[in-house]
Amino acid sequence: MTTATRPALVALDIPSPPSWRRLRLAGADTATLTQRELLIWMRNPAFIFFTIIQPVMFVLLFRYVFAGAIPVKIPGGYVDFLMPGIIAQSAAFASFGTAIALARQLQKGVIDRFRAMPMARSAVLLGRLSADVVRLVVTLLVILGIGYAVGFRFHNGALPAVLMLVLGVALGLTICTVSAYVGLAVKDEESVSSFGLVWLFPLTFVSNAFVPVGTMPGWLQAFAKNQPVTIVIDEMRSLALGGPLALHAWQSAAWLAGIVAVFVPLAVRAYRRAT
Amino acid sequence: MVAPEGEPAGPVAGDGRQPRWDGPAIVVEDVHKSFGDVHALRGIDLAVERGKVLGVLGPNGAGKTTAVKILTTLLRPDRGRALVEGRDVARSPAAVREIIGLAGQSTAIQEELTGRENLDIMGRLYHVDAGTRRQRAEELLERFELQDAADRPAKGYSGGMQRRLDLALSLVAHPRVVFLDEPTTGLDPRSRMAMWDVIREMVGSGMTLLLTTQYLEEADALADEIVVIDRGLVIAAGTSQELKNRIGGDVLEFVVERRRSAEAAQAVRGLSGAEPIIDAETGRVSLRVGTEGSQALVETVRRLDELGIHTEDLGIRRPSLDDVFLALTGHGAADEGDVAGSRRDKRARRRSDRRAS
Ligand SMILES: Nc1ncnc2c1ncn2[C@@H]1O[C@H](COP(=O)(O)OP(=O)(O)OP(=O)(O)O)[C@@H](O)[C@H]1O
Ligand SMILES: [Mg+2]
Repeated sequence: MTTATRPALVALDIPSPPSWRRLRLAGADTATLTQRELLIWMRNPAFIFFTIIQPVMFVLLFRYVFAGAIPVKIPGGYVDFLMPGIIAQSAAFASFGTAIALARQLQKGVIDRFRAMPMARSAVLLGRLSADVVRLVVTLLVILGIGYAVGFRFHNGALPAVLMLVLGVALGLTICTVSAYVGLAVKDEESVSSFGLVWLFPLTFVSNAFVPVGTMPGWLQAFAKNQPVTIVIDEMRSLALGGPLALHAWQSAAWLAGIVAVFVPLAVRAYRRAT
Repeated sequence: MVAPEGEPAGPVAGDGRQPRWDGPAIVVEDVHKSFGDVHALRGIDLAVERGKVLGVLGPNGAGKTTAVKILTTLLRPDRGRALVEGRDVARSPAAVREIIGLAGQSTAIQEELTGRENLDIMGRLYHVDAGTRRQRAEELLERFELQDAADRPAKGYSGGMQRRLDLALSLVAHPRVVFLDEPTTGLDPRSRMAMWDVIREMVGSGMTLLLTTQYLEEADALADEIVVIDRGLVIAAGTSQELKNRIGGDVLEFVVERRRSAEAAQAVRGLSGAEPIIDAETGRVSLRVGTEGSQALVETVRRLDELGIHTEDLGIRRPSLDDVFLALTGHGAADEGDVAGSRRDKRARRRSDRRAS
């Protein structure tokens, strides 16, 4: 190499801004990206279909087509059994949008563009997840409205009803962190939407969301009874309809916190590596 | 850094705390980058003076995007260093991001959002205040001829419009150094010309520009200096004129009946210093004619006419990337089928040539 003949250039030493400033800008960037993601969501017919129309179809399908074939022993009948399950299932499926949006933005170079800008590194993921919370709240409220129209009622007072919704959103957000990881790790919209999220099906359908676990064969019950979605739905049913709260509350919290603790660092790592 | 009220962020907003930099706007020293055992960059050196346009010319897989990604802090070099306005991309990436603009190989516009919304959100992410943002968006929409489409979702834009919007997005915060990775690839000739106009207009305000391209014409039209890279190495550098002189300038080309191609080639031999090349399959004869194209053309017509050889497609064309590669390396740009061994030999030869000089 012949570079030694040139006088060496000394790079400028530019101090990074103080951390309070960085934190404030990170907040502003997160808010900007949250708004951006929501705007995109509202403009995208496919997203609207998956987060609203599909859950509504599920409610109607189970309420009027399958209800008669599924015996449940609770006072309000199948519709009261069904609604907490549908809410949890829809919250979980809403995470499709998270994975697909991230994979698409990565693939199209949108995220690269963001990373070459003076914005907070954390804002892309935080903005995505904040937008997901809004999306989840809207979706769950729509489903609940449909539920009311087809006969569902809360039987346990207002505060537990609100807590049930909060738990539904928490479940959805937790699964969004898993989907965020999948979207960033797979990096390809097609693959994500065709097989990246198949795990959502056993997770939601092999649970007590639509049928009592007791109707499943023994080997399946072992999984269905102990997997997080079932445990969260048990807690949601207790909140909505009345019943024991404490045990499932702890188990739900532990599961959700555990999943977040594993997948957020994984998603962050995948985000750092993806370019 | 936040722009002071009413002033654009970036270069003009020098707030006194910014250390001065008198060196070249872009400096790349011996940068290496590998992905596993793919050696995308194998020791690149570049320097671009402030306010100049550097064209990085290379075929698919040459390492253009990798170089742009390193300069825009998206990848860290394995070895060597790169400075943008004196800021080391690996050691102070945040400081680099403050002053650069990037338009990548695929557009980063969000199709669901309108042109104006795309611009506004970019401005917010650069922490430009609302008033300035609105003004800047208006300015850019006008400059890039997007006013009429400003409030329509970008999904409905033509390819050329999407590229222009993408370019506008990279300029929102008045960057001092802009990187464009293949800004016209995939555009039809008309949109490409329009894009060139836009890019020409962009520079000249003191902005430094590095653009990559696969077209010699494009580098010729836009760049003050050109570097040619091939498989991770700079194989030539200079102004477009210097480069063309090395290549042998324009190419005279014509097609004759196949059986008379040798005769025709013989007739034009000596019109320039170069040897005519015959494509036996198509009957195409080509000859590098330097800058004396029109004279050679007239002479060719006369000589072939004398021999009674009928020609088709007679004309002068600008050298293509393939001609550049043929002249510089002895192989075509896209000629992947070359035996790896012979290529390695050539490269070793090139390297020893350079060492000797
Ligand atoms: N993330 C990556 N992982 C593995 N290999 C990579 C990666 N990025 C680039 N490469 C490889 O490095 C080499 C240089 O790629 P680069 O994208 O820089 O080329 P380019 O000049 O931009 O080509 P093109 O004109 O096709 O855009 C190629 O062989 C490419 O396959
Ligand atoms: Mg490229």
